[in-house]
Amino acid sequence: MKKIVVVGYGPAAHRLVEALLQRGFDGRITVIGEEPRPAYDRVALTSYLSGVSAEDLSYPVPEQAVVRLGSRVTGIDRQARVVTVEGGAREPYDVLVLATGSAPFVPPVPGAEHAYVYRTIDDLDAIRLAAKEAADGVVVGGGLLGLEAADALRSLGLRTHIVEMSPWLMPRQVDEGGGSVLKAHIEELGLSVHAGAGVQEIVTDDKGQVAGLRKPDGTIIDAQVVVFSAGIRPRDELARASGLEVGERGGIVVDSAMRTSDPDIYAIGECALSGGMIYGLVGPCFTMAEVAADRILGGGAGFEGADMSTKLKLLGVEVAQFGAMTGALDVTYMDPVAGVYKRLFISDDAQTLLGGICVGDASPYTSLRSFVGKPLPAPPSDLLFTGGGAQLELPDDAQVCSCNNVSAGAVRSAIADHGCADVPGIKACTRAGTTCGSCVPMLKQLLEKSGVEVSKNLCEHFAYSRAELFDIVRVRGITTFSELIAAHGDGRGCDICKPAVASILASLHNGHVLDGEMATLQDTNDRFLANIQKNGTYSVVPRIPGGEITPDKLIVIGEVARDFGLYTKITGGQRIDLFGASVDQLPEIWRRLVDAGFESGHAYGKALRTVKSCVGSTWCRYGVQDSVGLAIELELRYRGLRSPHKLKSAVSGCARECAEARSKDFGIIATEQGWNLYVGGNGGFKPRHADLLAGDLSTEELLRTIDRFLMFYIRTADRLQRTAAWVESLDGGLDYLRSVIIDDSLGICADLDAHMSQHVATYQDEWRATLEDPEKLSRFVSFVNAPGVPDPSIVFATERGQIKPVVLS
Amino acid sequence: MSWVNVCGYQVLQPERGVCALVDGRQVALFRTHDGVVHALGNQDPFSGAYVLSRGIVGTRKGEPTVASPLHKQVFSLVTGHCLDEPAVTVPVYQVRLDGELVQVAVSV
Ligand SMILES: Cc1cc2nc3c(=O)[nH]c(=O)nc-3n(C[C@H](O)[C@H](O)[C@H](O)COP(=O)(O)OP(=O)(O)OC[C@H]3O[C@@H](n4cnc5c(N)ncnc54)[C@H](O)[C@@H]3O)c2cc1C
Ligand code: SF4
Repeated sequence: MKKIVVVGYGPAAHRLVEALLQRGFDGRITVIGEEPRPAYDRVALTSYLSGVSAEDLSYPVPEQAVVRLGSRVTGIDRQARVVTVEGGAREPYDVLVLATGSAPFVPPVPGAEHAYVYRTIDDLDAIRLAAKEAADGVVVGGGLLGLEAADALRSLGLRTHIVEMSPWLMPRQVDEGGGSVLKAHIEELGLSVHAGAGVQEIVTDDKGQVAGLRKPDGTIIDAQVVVFSAGIRPRDELARASGLEVGERGGIVVDSAMRTSDPDIYAIGECALSGGMIYGLVGPCFTMAEVAADRILGGGAGFEGADMSTKLKLLGVEVAQFGAMTGALDVTYMDPVAGVYKRLFISDDAQTLLGGICVGDASPYTSLRSFVGKPLPAPPSDLLFTGGGAQLELPDDAQVCSCNNVSAGAVRSAIADHGCADVPGIKACTRAGTTCGSCVPMLKQLLEKSGVEVSKNLCEHFAYSRAELFDIVRVRGITTFSELIAAHGDGRGCDICKPAVASILASLHNGHVLDGEMATLQDTNDRFLANIQKNGTYSVVPRIPGGEITPDKLIVIGEVARDFGLYTKITGGQRIDLFGASVDQLPEIWRRLVDAGFESGHAYGKALRTVKSCVGSTWCRYGVQDSVGLAIELELRYRGLRSPHKLKSAVSGCARECAEARSKDFGIIATEQGWNLYVGGNGGFKPRHADLLAGDLSTEELLRTIDRFLMFYIRTADRLQRTAAWVESLDGGLDYLRSVIIDDSLGICADLDAHMSQHVATYQDEWRATLEDPEKLSRFVSFVNAPGVPDPSIVFATERGQIKPVVLS
Repeated sequence: MSWVNVCGYQVLQPERGVCALVDGRQVALFRTHDGVVHALGNQDPFSGAYVLSRGIVGTRKGEPTVASPLHKQVFSLVTGHCLDEPAVTVPVYQVRLDGELVQVAVSV
C-alpha cells in the first residue's frame, strides 16, 4: 500500500487529498500542517473579522486521511524517505508532496519585529486584539492583499494609511491611469494613500510600544498597528535544506507534472515555481493539486500555466485585470467623476483581444475575459461602454471559471447532457462558481441562452411565481381567491396555490384566516388553528414570548393538559406543546388558555413561530444586553405575520450564543455597542449558519432592519422558500440585500416600513377572535350531523405515563 | 337503498368539507364551487386517519379533487381514485338534495 505524505495543510493540500480520494486512491494519506486548524478558505480570510467563524471557513476534513494539526515538518531525509516533525516524530513516505504555500515578505527594517502580517486566522486574531488599543494603523503594501488588509483595519475602527513603494496602487494589476482612479476612490473613504514611499523604520516609544512608521524622507506616520503586506515569499526552506532545486528568487522548481528535482517529491500551490512563475492565486493552486493527484496515480495530466486574471471588490471598488497589460493598440475609457477607468489591449491588426484593466466597473471583465487571445466580439468602444452586454457568444473552449478551470463548453454540457437547470445545479456538477463566485453571472447567461425554461409557475392554476402573484394581488387590490383565480388563473385551485394565496392575502390585509372564503383556502392546520398529528388529532401551542413564563401561567398549562388528558412536551422553541386534542376540544381548551392570558402561538401557521432567548444580562454574568427583553419585544412585534414559510428567531445576550441565534431566519447576538443581526440561518434538513447582515445596531435600527428584511422576503420569496434559500437565491447576495433594505436602492423602504406598521397595528389574536364568533366556532365539530359525538376512530394507548396515538387500520 | 338526512345544504360552505356519521361510517361531504355535492369515505387510505373532509378542495385538469391534509395525495371527488397513485381508491357514496336537505346513502 502506497504512503503519501503531504506537508502543509492549506487550500492546495486540501484539494490534493480530495482529488486523490475522488480518483479512488486507497493507500495511506498523512497530512501534516503547522496551523492549529484544518485547511480553510484563505481567499475569504477577511470575512473572519466580520463574524464568519473559523469553522465556517474550514474545508471538511476527509475521514480517510490522517491529519496532524499544529505540527511543523522540520526536515526531509530523501535517502530514507522520511520526514521529521517538530518534536521528533518521523513519518515515512513513498510519495511526498510539498504544499507549504508562502509567507508574507517582511522587509528587514529596524523595528520590523513589532509589525503584523495578514495571512492566517491567528494573524487576524492578533491584529484584532492590537486594534482594540489603537487609533491609527498603517499597511505597508498597496497591492491586492495590502488593500484588503487596509480595509480590515478600517473595519476595526482605525484611521488607516497605506504606504506603497510604486508610484500608484496595485501596480501589478492596473496601470497609472487606473491607479489614479483607484486612489481617488480610496481616499474618498477616508484612507490616506502614500504612494511612491518606502519604510525607513518602525518607531517605538519609550515603553517599546509601536508609535509610528518613519518614511525615508524622515516624516513619521503615527500608528500603533503596522501590518506588512508587501508581497509573498514561497516557503521553500525545507526543499532548500534537503537539496531540491529551488529558483534564484525562491520557489521549488517543478516540471509540468508538478515533480521536483526528486521524482518522488512533488510541490504544489504557492510554494511551487512552474515555468519560472509563482502563482499567488488559489485557482492555479487548485489546478496544480489536480495535476499532481493525477500524476501520482499514473495519469498524464500537465500544468501549462494559468490565467492570472483577477477581479475583486475592495473597499467597495471593483478592480479587475485579465490577460496582458500591454498591447500594440489600446482603447481607454476614463470618467474621473464617476470613478470609472476601463482599458482594453488589442493586437496591432485590431482583431484580437489581448487583455484589459477595469477600475470602478468590472463588467468588461465578466464578459470579455473569455475572449482573451480570440477575435474581438464587437467594436472595442461598444465593449467598453456596455461591457459587451449579454449578447456575446462564448466559444466552447473559453474559460468561464478560472478558480476551477471550467470552460463554457463544460457548462453547456452540464446543462444539455446532465440536466442542470439552475446555478446550484451547475455548481454541483462542474464546480464552476464555487470558489470566488465571480463567474456566477456568466453561468446565468449560459443558462438563459441554453433555452432552459425554468418554470416558475406556482401550479397548474396560475402561470405566475409566488412573487408575481403577490404583486398582482397588491397592485390590483385583490381581496379574495375567487376574484384572483377568475381574472388571473384557471380552474378552482389546489393544495399548493390556495394556501399560498391565503398567505399573500393575510400578509397584505391581515384579516382573520377563517373569515369567509379565506377559511376554505387554508391547510387543515390553519383551518383548525392547531397542528394536525398522525391520527387526525391536533396539538396546541400557546405563545410564550421569549420563553419567559410566570409560575402561575405554567400551572394553567399544566392544569389544562391534565384536565383534557393531553400528551405534554417541551418544544425546541422554548414553549410547551399539548398533543391529542380532537377538533371538538380545541375551543374548550383555548377558552381556558385565553382566559388565563394566553394567545395563539401560530405553531400551525407559515408565520413567526418563536423568538428564543438566553437569559441575558439580567442574570447571566457574561451577558452584555437584555436578550430576553428584546426577544419578547420581537415576538410581540412580528406575531401573526404570515409569510412564505415559517419564521424562527432567537436572541443571545453575548457572543457565547447560548440561544443558537445563527441557526434562525433572523438571529440577534448582543455586542457591547448594540446588536448584530444575522439572517438566513436554518436548522433542519439543510443546516445553514445565518450571515451577518449588519453589526452594532441600536434597538431602533435593529427593528427597522428586521422589518424591512421580513417584508422584502414576504414580497419576493417563492412559496415555501425559507429565508436561507431565499438569501442564497438573491442575485448579488447579501450586498444586494443590504443595498435594498439599508441603502434603499429600490426606493421601497418607506413602503416596507408602512406595511410592517400596518401589520403591527392590526394584529389580533386569532383564537380570541374565533371564540367570540359563533359561526367560526360551529366548524369545530367532528360530525356535522352529530355535534358533541366524539370521533370513534381516535384511540390512545399509554406510554411513560402519558397518552400516545393508536391508528386503527 | 336508504337515504339518511345529514344537514342543510346551506351548512355546506363551498369548497370546505365536513364529516358526517352515517350508519356508523364516516362520510366526507364536499360542496364544490359549481354547487354540486360529493361524498367520499373520510378515511385517508395512506395514513389510516379519518381526515379527508379536512383537506383542501380544488380541481386537477378540471376534475374536482380533495388533497389529504396529512401527506397531500389528491383524490377525485367524482371517482374516489387517488390521482397520484391510481391503484388506491376511497369509497364514493351517493348524495342527493331533498329540498334544502342533503341526504346520503351508504348501503348498497
Ligand atoms: C488575505 C488574503 C486574500 C486572498 N485573496 C485571494 C483572492 O481573492 N483570490 C485568489 O485567487 N487568491 C487569494 N489569496 C491567495 C490564496 O489564499 C492562496 O493562493 C492560497 O491560499 C494558496 O494555497 P496553498 O495551499 O498553496 O498555500 P497556503 O494557503 O499558504 O497553505 C500552506 C500551509 O502550509 C503550512 N506550512 C508551511 N510550511 C510548513 C511546514 N514546514 N510544516 C507544516 N506546515 C507547513 C502553512 O502554515 C499553511 O497553513 C488571498 C490570500 C490572502 C492571505
Ligand atoms: S449567550 Fe451570553 S448572555 Fe446569553 S446565556 Fe450565554 S453566556 Fe449568558
